Amino acid sequence: MCKADFRGSDRRLHKFVWLPPPTVAEPPPDMEYEAVIGLETHVQLKTKSKMWCGCANAFGSEPNTNVCPVCLGMPGVLPVANAEAMRLTVLTGYLLNCEIPRFAKFDRKNYFYPDSAKNYQVTQYDRPSTANGSVEFEFEGQLARVRITRAHLEEDVGKNNHFDRHSGVDFNRAGVPLLEIVSEPDLRGPEHAYTYLKALTDILVRGGISDCDMEKGMVRCDVNVSVRPKGSDTLGAKIEIKNMNSFSGVRRALEYEIPRQIEAVARGEKLRQETRRWDDVAGITEPMRSKEDAHDYRYFPEPDLMPFCPTDDWLADIRAAVPELPLQRKQRLMTAFGLPAGDAQVLTDNLPLGHFFEQAAAGFKNPKAIANWVINNLAAKLSEAFAEVGDVKFAPESLRELVELVDGGKISSKIAQEVFAEMFESGAKPGEIVEKRGLAQVSDTGAIEKLADDVIAANPGPAADFRAGKVAALNFLKGQLMKLSKGKANPALAGEILEKKLKA
Amino acid sequence: MLRQLTISELTGRLARRECSARDALRSCLDHLAQVDGQVKAFLSHDAADALAQAEAADRDLAAGVTPAEKPLLGVPIALKDVLCHRGQPLNCSSKILGQFVSPYDATVVERLKAAGAVVFGRLNMDEFAMGSSTENSAFWTTLNPWDTSRIPGGSSGGCAASVAASECFASIGSDTGGSIRQPASLCGIVGVKPTYGLVSRYGLVAFASSLDQIGPFTKDVRDSATILQAIAGHDRRDSTSVPQPVPDYAKALTGDLRGLRIGIVKEFNIGGLDPEVDAAVKLAVKQLETLGAEIVEVSLPHSDYAAATYYIIAPAEASANLARFDGIRYCARVDGRDPAELNSRTRGAGFGAEVKRRVILGTYVLSSGYYDAFYLRAQKVRTLIRNDFLKAFEQVDAIVSPTAPTAAFKVGEKSGDPLQMYLSDIFTISCNLAGICGISVPCGFTKSPKLPIGLQVLGKPFGEETMFRVAHAYEQSTDWHRERSPLA
Repeated sequence: MCKADFRGSDRRLHKFVWLPPPTVAEPPPDMEYEAVIGLETHVQLKTKSKMWCGCANAFGSEPNTNVCPVCLGMPGVLPVANAEAMRLTVLTGYLLNCEIPRFAKFDRKNYFYPDSAKNYQVTQYDRPSTANGSVEFEFEGQLARVRITRAHLEEDVGKNNHFDRHSGVDFNRAGVPLLEIVSEPDLRGPEHAYTYLKALTDILVRGGISDCDMEKGMVRCDVNVSVRPKGSDTLGAKIEIKNMNSFSGVRRALEYEIPRQIEAVARGEKLRQETRRWDDVAGITEPMRSKEDAHDYRYFPEPDLMPFCPTDDWLADIRAAVPELPLQRKQRLMTAFGLPAGDAQVLTDNLPLGHFFEQAAAGFKNPKAIANWVINNLAAKLSEAFAEVGDVKFAPESLRELVELVDGGKISSKIAQEVFAEMFESGAKPGEIVEKRGLAQVSDTGAIEKLADDVIAANPGPAADFRAGKVAALNFLKGQLMKLSKGKANPALAGEILEKKLKA
Repeated sequence: MLRQLTISELTGRLARRECSARDALRSCLDHLAQVDGQVKAFLSHDAADALAQAEAADRDLAAGVTPAEKPLLGVPIALKDVLCHRGQPLNCSSKILGQFVSPYDATVVERLKAAGAVVFGRLNMDEFAMGSSTENSAFWTTLNPWDTSRIPGGSSGGCAASVAASECFASIGSDTGGSIRQPASLCGIVGVKPTYGLVSRYGLVAFASSLDQIGPFTKDVRDSATILQAIAGHDRRDSTSVPQPVPDYAKALTGDLRGLRIGIVKEFNIGGLDPEVDAAVKLAVKQLETLGAEIVEVSLPHSDYAAATYYIIAPAEASANLARFDGIRYCARVDGRDPAELNSRTRGAGFGAEVKRRVILGTYVLSSGYYDAFYLRAQKVRTLIRNDFLKAFEQVDAIVSPTAPTAAFKVGEKSGDPLQMYLSDIFTISCNLAGICGISVPCGFTKSPKLPIGLQVLGKPFGEETMFRVAHAYEQSTDWHRERSPLA
């Protein structure tokens, strides 16, 4: 499969491409391949200050304004670890079901690049703050689980800006705390990888770890991908792809790279370990450096920082702060309230709406009705009014009261819409609205019988049709009765009485 | 003469208003102008800034500020060119920093100023503190005030020579493998390498971060205790500085050694030890015994490995610490076709031979495939060396030895042979590897020419009180510290 086809119009595009005949026997044409993918995701931590100094961790400032001798790597400076960054790292560990080792340390990763203030990056090499976790998420209707090798803390570097005749380095970003989250090679395709990234960043946003704003460079992702014959348990040559600046970029890069590798392997080519660069405009990956050119980072323990040994109390405090994860929440909403998956998803993705729902539905016998009001009516009203859940004037309990009024036959669903509109407008309680505006449903048989007589008298044709066996005519008559009652008549009762009178 | 006083004598006179801080500084600057052409200790000094500080000190004195409040009030103290002094040049005696000016004060500089000191001058050193003679300075070699055909020791050679030549009352240097104690010994003054973690390294340009400590050069032990008192103590800007209170060192200067056990090291009877140095140190040990100490032989079985261990760990750390001097920032850029070429050209032109040698060595020992055999093993041996000392300190309160195996050698005598040069740190290196404290005090002179000899006293981790007590009692029972160099 996926063999390159150079016939027809494609041939012209590839005029200068000459491929040597395969030297290795081609695998059987029906051979199926699978991709093996692991991601290294870099996430900027949401701290007030940078990792080693008091400079602001802020995006969008004028170049080199959030800097000091420490993050500029001036001679003589020393790093002091940001306690909040250490806390967020361990919190991430808990969010990703990681082990939290009782001994972690920082190391220096040595390489030269103009955006690096010290020409080494302080990172965690062999003793990271968290290890051996997992992320669970829904993929293609099933529960997927990707193992997390580690999430370790390091510092971000500066940013090179290139002008017509010179380049400049902006060190505002240098020293911003950065978490590198490394997954095991558990992903099998572009969509799988994309969904994992979404799930991972949802968790991190939910945990208050990072805002994960990709446009502000808060999330960056490198991909490791190889292909192998399906069913094989050996890994192919690992190819790293860099320079994707969006989640869809990651997906597109994999959509390009996996067929590229499969074609090559199917041709009998032997792929070699290398790093490739994703060109977002051209939509292709191209070679960047081979294994032979790989950096020797010469890691060694950072002598300016003490090893990090978390105490029981500190860990317990962080554990207590672990929030409910999106998937957990969705599953809980489904089991605790009997909601369908779709509703639970909406109330998970929109957390304020979800909280409002939970307050209204807690201990209530008909949570599905509450969910309908929240998801359909409340959400619509809010978006019409450009308002947020915090602006809602009525109390969550009012929604419960409204549902009770409908369920108890006090008002019809149609009237309930009117009541809800007024609740949203004024914040008044539904019972009071019904009372004040006389909206209570009429279940008084006498009153309805009188209305039924009037309707039958006024509509002799449909009445005759019904008697002649045209059942649908009853609905018309019922509609007329409701109209006459201004919607207040109990519709079930109205139908019953009409039918009785017509048959009499 | 004013400039020849100790700090305690000077502060006494200042407190009694017998002289002014301005007079004290003037005496240093005048003498500097006279003799520094021969000693070449100072790379530069900002006389106007120093005078302004002296005048401020005089205002404090006039306002009745006491030595208890500001123990170094009005005392001119000079800095090794490796310590950041805001608004002053910082070169580390290297060409690579170009016209760099420190944008901030090192913690020690802040603390010296808070104690009232008049902080001035940039003192010559071996480039990036790598060397034992100042011959590795990119600018010039500092000369020994006792004999200007000889080196003053290193790397803090300018620190030792400036105090021995009375160009300042004290100086502040750094010691990574002996860089304070060895030049103090060779120039006939007192020099202290405090316990690792006692003095903040913030603002000290790092050579080997796990070995570097800042310490004073003074004319006697009491002055060193006074300065260390002012600069020691926890600093939240240095994660390796220890959060524990600093004891009152002056109280430790009792002059009494009764009840103390002092160790001499079995393994320090080495071949290259000069007979006159050996004799002077043996006499000093006798003197300690006379003063009431019990002398005990101790063993440091891994001493033989100290130099090898040091020359793996120190260059490894240096290779990373010096990587920031890349020509992208700082001034001495040599252009290239791309940043990598710019970097290597700048470093090729900007660093001297010894720095390059150590950066290459350090890069090699950290390389993939060699790390375990070199760096990791050296760290393990380092632990053994530290354990040797901790075990020895279960038997004794302090250990004494020669500071350096020879007195000051001639300029050029060892500069062609790095291994010979490395041996001049043989007695001082293990103190840094073990993270303990050490001091060098004058203990005699060679006959002809007359060159100072130093006695090293090593103390337990944070055992500065006992270290000072031993050094002070010995010093006060001899006259060596009263001798002044011909250029003083």
